[in-house]
This record gives sequence, C-alpha cells and structure tokens, in this order.
Amino acid sequence: MTTLPAATPARKPASGAQQKLLAFASLIALLVFFSLASPNFLQTSNILAILQATSVNGVLAIAATLVIITGGIDLSVGTLMTFCAVMAGVILTNAGMPLPLGVLGAIAVGAICGTISGTLVAKMKIPPFIATLGMMLILKGLSLIISGTKPIYFNDTPGFSEISTGSLIGKVFPAVPVPNGVLILFILALVIGYVLNRTVLGRYCFALGSNEEAVRLSGVNTDAWKIAIYALAGSICGIAGLIIASRLNSAQPALGLGYELDAIAAVVIGGTSLAGGRGSILGTMIGALIMAVLLNGLRVMSVAQEWQTVVTGAIIIAAVYADMLRRRRAAS
Amino acid sequence: MTHLVRMTAVDKHFPGVHALKSAQFDLMPGEVHALMGENGAGKSTLMKVLSGIYQPDGGTVEVSGASVTISGPRAAQALGIGIIHQELALMNDLTVAQNIFIGREPRRSFGRLDEAQLNADAAAIFAQMKVHIDPQAEVRTLSVAKQQMVEIAKALSFRSRILIMDEPTAALNEAETNELFAIIRGLKAEGVGVVYISHKMDEIRRISDRVTIMRDGAYVGTVHAADTPIETIISMMVGRELEAVHVDIPDLSTAPVALEVRGLNRGRAIRDVGFSLKRGEILGFAGLMGAGRTEVARAIFGADPRDSGEIIVHGKPASIRTPKDAVAAGIGYLSEDRKHFGLALGLDVRANVGMTSLERFANAMGVLDEAALEKTARDYIAQLAIRTPSDRQEVRLLSGGNQQKIVIAKWLLRDCDILIFDEPTRGIDVGAKAEIYRLMQALAADGKAIIVISSELPEVLRLSHRIAVMCEGRLTGILPGGPSTSQEDIMRLATVRHSAPEEATA
Repeated sequence: MTTLPAATPARKPASGAQQKLLAFASLIALLVFFSLASPNFLQTSNILAILQATSVNGVLAIAATLVIITGGIDLSVGTLMTFCAVMAGVILTNAGMPLPLGVLGAIAVGAICGTISGTLVAKMKIPPFIATLGMMLILKGLSLIISGTKPIYFNDTPGFSEISTGSLIGKVFPAVPVPNGVLILFILALVIGYVLNRTVLGRYCFALGSNEEAVRLSGVNTDAWKIAIYALAGSICGIAGLIIASRLNSAQPALGLGYELDAIAAVVIGGTSLAGGRGSILGTMIGALIMAVLLNGLRVMSVAQEWQTVVTGAIIIAAVYADMLRRRRAAS
Repeated sequence: MTHLVRMTAVDKHFPGVHALKSAQFDLMPGEVHALMGENGAGKSTLMKVLSGIYQPDGGTVEVSGASVTISGPRAAQALGIGIIHQELALMNDLTVAQNIFIGREPRRSFGRLDEAQLNADAAAIFAQMKVHIDPQAEVRTLSVAKQQMVEIAKALSFRSRILIMDEPTAALNEAETNELFAIIRGLKAEGVGVVYISHKMDEIRRISDRVTIMRDGAYVGTVHAADTPIETIISMMVGRELEAVHVDIPDLSTAPVALEVRGLNRGRAIRDVGFSLKRGEILGFAGLMGAGRTEVARAIFGADPRDSGEIIVHGKPASIRTPKDAVAAGIGYLSEDRKHFGLALGLDVRANVGMTSLERFANAMGVLDEAALEKTARDYIAQLAIRTPSDRQEVRLLSGGNQQKIVIAKWLLRDCDILIFDEPTRGIDVGAKAEIYRLMQALAADGKAIIVISSELPEVLRLSHRIAVMCEGRLTGILPGGPSTSQEDIMRLATVRHSAPEEATA
C-alpha cells in the first residue's frame, strides 16, 4: 500500500478557475487602462453603453456556451436570433397579435430551430459545425424571404421597445437607469449558470463533452439530452432576437451574420474549452464584457474601427494560446 | 446452486469477421471466473454481448436461470450486470461522485440535482469497499488505480451481482493490484460473480477459481485454476498446430551492428529496454497488446519523447529527438495504421512513393521533375511487384498488400537501411502476406536491418532470426528464431509478471 497516493490527492487548482481569474484580471486591467487613458470612459452613461452593447452578444454567448460544453458548436446563433426577431414581427405587426404572444412566439421558434439542429447532430450524426452552418444559411435565407427583405417595424406594438430600452431598475433607482436588456442578460446568466451546475441537464452538458461514449454506456439517452441542450440554446437565441428587435424597434432581416463569431469569441475568452467538458457562464460573461469594454474603450480613445477588429482578433488568439499553455502544463 | 450466467452457442458476426463462433460461458455466485485467450480470441466481444453493448446473432443468454435478451447497457444494469471496460469509461471533467451516478443522479423537483445526497451515496460505497477516495475530487486528478476503483464503485452502485472486469490491472502496479484483489475477494464473499479477463498467468492463478479459454472466437475449454499447469492453459490458448515453418537464419556472426539501443525508458510504457540489431537481421518483437512494443518503436523513431536511453546507429551515437532526425539517421518506421500515418490515400502511387523525398525531384524553383518521379515510381512498382494498373492509380483503390508495398517503397527511396515494421500484415489477406514476408526477407538479404513487431505468433516465428519478447514495458527475453522456439516459449515470456518493487522505475 506504500505506493498509493494519499487518501485525498493534492488537488490541482481547477484550471477553469485559473483561466477565469486570468480573464477577470484582464477585464480589470482594461478598465483601469481605459479610465486612465480617457476621462470620459468611467462616466455612468458610458458604462451603461458598454453594458447595453454587451447584452445581445452576452445572451448569444450564453447559448453558445451550452452547446460548446457538450463538445459541439453552434454557428446558427446569429441568424437564428434574426429569424426569431422576424417571426416576432410577423406575429405582432403582420398578424397584430398581443405582445405576450409575440414574446412567447419568438422564444418558441428559437426552441424549435434548436431542436432541428440538435436532431441533425444527435440523430443524423451530422458534425455540429456542418449542421449548424447549414442552419445558419437556411435561417438567414428564410428571414429575408418571410420579411420580403424589408425591416418589420414594431410601431403598432407600444411597449415592445420597453423590452430592451426601458429600465425597471431606473424606476426604483433613478440614478442607475440600467436598461432592461442588460437586466435580462444578468437574470439569464444567473438562471443558466444554475441550470449548468445544479440540474440534470447541466450535468449532461459537461458529461457529454467529457466522454460521450461513457455516458451512453452508462445507460443515458444521450441523443435526447443533446437535442434538449440545442433546443435550450435555441430558445435563448429567441430572447436575443427580442432584445435586438426591441432596441432597434424593428426586425432587420439582413442582420445576424457574424454575431455567432462574436459569441464564440466571448465563450473562448471566458475559458470554455472548445474540446468540450469544461466551461462556465461566469467566464462567458467576463469574456463578453472584455470584448465590449475593449471596443468601447478603443472608440472612446478614437482608435479607428478597423483597428478595433484587429485587436479583437489578437485577443482571441492570445486567450486560446493561454488556454493551450495551461492545458499542456496540466497534461505534463 | 443455480448459475448466475449461462451463455450457450453465442454467435456474432461483424463485417468480414466471424467474431464469436458458438461461444459459451457460465458463472456461479461467489466465483471469480477468468476468461483467457490471445488477442482477438473474442473475450471482450463475448462480454460486450453479456453487457448489452452487442446483440448476438445467435445463441442464448440466461441470467439466474431465466433466458434474457439484453437490449442495451441499461437493460444489463437492470439485470445486475456491471462491466468495467478495458479503456476506462469515465468522464474526466466530472467529479468522482458525479461519475458513479451518471444517469441516476438523485433529483429534486424540476430536474434539480441533490448534490449532497450524491456525494453521501458515493462515500457510502467507498466505505463499503474500504477505500479512501474523495467523492468530490475531479476524476482527472486521480491516479489510474483510483480511477479503476471509481469504475468498480460505479458497477457496485447498481447492486451488480455480476461484475465483468476487462484487464483491470493493465495499468496497475503490484501494490495497487493487491488492493484490487482484496476488493474482489470481498465481493466474492458477498456472493458476487466476477468475470475476470486478463493476460497475466500469475494473476489468474491468484484470484480465479475457474478459467475458460477461448481461441479464434470459439470455446476451447474450462479448467480449475488451482490444479491446472500454466503450460496446459497456454497450449489451450495457442492451440493451432503450426504448419512446418522453415526459417533460413543467415550467419550474422561477422555482420556489423546496425542499431543498438541501451537503457531505453519512457514512464511506465518502456522500462530499461536494450537490444542490438545487425545488418541483414530480422528481429521479431512479440508480446501481448499493451506490452510496449509499439512504444519502443516510436521512441526509437523519435515520435515520442524518451526519459532516458541511448540509440547507436552504425556504431555512432545518434541524437534522435524527432522523426526527422530518425529518418536522417536512416531509420524508417512503417506504422501499424498505414491508412492513417503511412499513405495519402487520395493521391496516386507516384505521389505517394515520392512523398518524403520531394526535394530530390525538385529544381531550385521548387518545380517537380515529373518524368524522374514517374521513372522512380515505375522502378519500385517493378522491383516490389506492386500490382497497380499504372503509377497514376489512386492508392485507396489498391489492396492492403499493395498499399503496404508502397509504404515500403517510400522508405527505400529515403535510403533507410533500418526498417521498423509495426504489424506489417494487419488487414492483408493470406496470399499477399506471403509476398510481404518474401519482400522483407529479400530486404534483409540485401543488408537492411529489420525489426518486425507482430501480435501474430506464427508470423513472428516465420520471419524472425531472433525474437525479442516484451511484457509490461520490459524486455523479458530474446529467443533464437527457428524451430527450437515454440509459441509456448514466447507466451511464457509474454506473461511474466515482474514483481520487483515498483518504486525504482515508477
């Protein structure tokens, strides 16, 4: 028995936590840097603008996180968001139905599309990259077809723009008029964070990404759970669709392409492994904030927009490289 | 007493393979029943049938006297059958307790997990097993032995009465093995029936009551472990009479040494391996799966890092860190998985032959001299008798034997005079095998030094001038080639368990 390790092995600090800490430190460093560089940066209005800019990408990144933890990828989150927004327009403006039906409709459409993606991946064994690439293009096309390539305005639905731009918090605390879109993002993050860590569905997200075959051999219906996870991600895209449509007070059918890459970037910067099995909503939120702070800060410093894109790209590569270094250390 | 399990006349076909031919097996309560056989004898397949992973094409399976159809892992669990797979089937990112109860998590309303209950249940199982593992530890942080214990705990959590262990000690050291055996004896005392698959003779004698031997997918016989000599079991495993083989062993007493390896170590996979290889010699490497033969080849070739060890090529120490270094030193490695690592299947014969020597066919601008490439390819097609309509034929359309010849051509063109063949005839039909053998013998006669790794003993005996046998990363002996060495001799060395203290090397 002498060679056995001690009863409780000295636990390596959870490496995901390390990455999160690194990301969080980067976020703080960015905040400090920009507030020193520009006096306008720390203004309440600017902070609110950053949060507002985070809301759509943050919600999409939460959806992407779920799928990425299972070891998959969802390229359709951006155009699904637009498709849900267009469907909300169809329900509210074209059909003149009441607001709650539009909200539920958009989320339901998201869930249905997610179920389709999940079925393609789980049952038809199409690689997630291909399945969701196909869905991305199909949804982009359908958005344009259904809307007749023209924006659908929500002028007939008073209260629709309140979904994103109103401020429940501002009614209670007038000093901090946090827009509802941001409130939705934070509530959603708390809910999905809870789902991931405290529910069966969350457990299977990690288990599938860690060793799908082992889960299947344990007698779990892996296909059904995978479909459920894609469906949940889809319904979250529906929420993103409502936020963006409400902010623009219109469903813009040409929008959406490219949002999936920003979402995946936020997930990756937040330390979620593209190989699956590990990740967190907290990390994703930090990742989304880093991207928003960076873009806003560079804009406040009057850096040209072209350069903002270059910097974002460099940040993604640096984040993933840091992750690779950590992984290699953990492996040795 | 009724049988816990009785399997009779079980048949299973896979495309191109008759994996189980009327196999049979039975298990009594409180018994450890070992299942033995060479690689590919059908042991794992039979147990996958019992645990619902494969559906048999024919035969009956009875559990506790009742005929059953086991439709999947879940059905097997319901019948009290637990299996611990050869490759650990754990989720590394999850904790110990989460792994044990995957699919059966204690739940509260709305699919919420009861994590406290989960951890308490896992702790209770470990207490029963008398092992100390923290239920909340992440599985990736545990040693392989502890992970093995987690697998056992998982199987026990189903209240399994039938526990299948597929090579559970493959990655364990002596002390860990003892701990595992203590747990198995505890289970026995409680009336659990254990199916124990292993290659290790001494373990079988220590832990099992009966031994069933399988060969080529068929049942050979069942014997009592205690009073059956190891030789009897080995000859039952090997079985088939060898067709009289005649190996021409050349006189190599004056031949210069081409390759010498001294003190090669790599973790647990390779432990202090040393040997030498002369020009014109074919050195066979025999051993059971996981004995470390491929690992030795990869370490020599620079494909894996080594902890220590010297490699001396033609009398000069060679500093080999990458495959590129090895090739520069004249060492070629023909992977066991030629489709993955050896060939570009979508390209034609000409492109594959020239693949690793393209600089030689290119001018200063990097433009390839297609005429010279074509001539070279045609020369090798003639020399190695590669059957292909032309040098423009796509490689994927050729037979396995001809593909293997193209890999050989590739290395010959690189001027490699030390060639390591890893399972050179895997997936190649009998006729083509003989041709590959002749080709290897011709290469040796031409002065090439050849290492051949093979899991098929007849192949090793037919080709080798000397036979190196490995077990658990150690070179357990080098036997002379030719008729004086039998399959039994090799098997005995391949199942030697080194029981020296582990601390020195681990």
